[in-house]
Amino acid sequence: MKIFNIFPETIFSIGPVQITDTVITTWIVMAAIIAICYLSTRKLSVKPSFFQEILEAIFEAIEKTIKDILPLDPWLVVPVLGTLWFLIGFSNLAGLIPGLKTPTADLNTTFAFALISFSMTHVVGIATQGLRGYLMHYKEPTWILLPFHLIAEVTRTVALAVRLFGNMLSGDMIAIILLGIVGLLVPIPFSLLHIIIALIQAYIFGVLTLVFIAGGMRTTSEKEA
Amino acid sequence: MDAKTVVISVSIIAAALVMAIGGYGPAKALGKALTEALDAIARQPEASDKIMRALFVGMALIESIAIYAFVIALIVLFANPLIGYIVK
Repeated sequence: MKIFNIFPETIFSIGPVQITDTVITTWIVMAAIIAICYLSTRKLSVKPSFFQEILEAIFEAIEKTIKDILPLDPWLVVPVLGTLWFLIGFSNLAGLIPGLKTPTADLNTTFAFALISFSMTHVVGIATQGLRGYLMHYKEPTWILLPFHLIAEVTRTVALAVRLFGNMLSGDMIAIILLGIVGLLVPIPFSLLHIIIALIQAYIFGVLTLVFIAGGMRTTSEKEA
Repeated sequence: MDAKTVVISVSIIAAALVMAIGGYGPAKALGKALTEALDAIARQPEASDKIMRALFVGMALIESIAIYAFVIALIVLFANPLIGYIVK
């Protein structure tokens, strides 16, 4: 019955809110990220230290990716999207540490991430072209398509959450089932594959959010042009 | 065979079928997407950055179909809602 341990378990509860072990792992990951960023940005200098150089390289890569997709100043979305990218990436990798459970193998966690991405789409859309201009893109190209636009808003958010959840859960399940069947050495290649999948899924989550944001804006910019 | 055994065995067969059929289509689509992207890169190597990004996004969308099948299989196996009707 050990296989079922990959699903989240309630540790304790505050009132009606149940604190599961995936939530606690997320807190650990958040604390680790905050510690890394605090320690490596404490003494910023023109001649960067080792950790500062790594962080700068990562954020330059994020900035370049965003600049390629969005026709905007990338620093409009870098603070939120970069944090989301970092958090998802580290959460995906956290399951590889023995004793920790992958936070993103819990549908609640991925749904929270997807809700952040959902609200970001609307906030950036309204911030860049005003409430009226943003709402107008729902009637492109005709009014008949309005319900389909609304359905698409819901389904793509659910799809984002389910995709991340399913990928991470399948990685964990394969590792645990193989560990039960064949012992120690065979699951190792699958764990290595899981590292790649974890990073690619974090990347895809961010890029899809970007594509959705760009999709909310491009219709009007084409109309003006 | 009582009703619970029937439901459970049908669930296992259904889960296996879901994974088999739900894996076949996306695998084929992923292969086609990758082939076309490599063709495009071979024809126009300087556009490889854009093609790779579009490939990743498209592959993620295709792959999510397989993930849906996997989630359905998990629901059928571990959280089957129909068993609740039988085991009261």
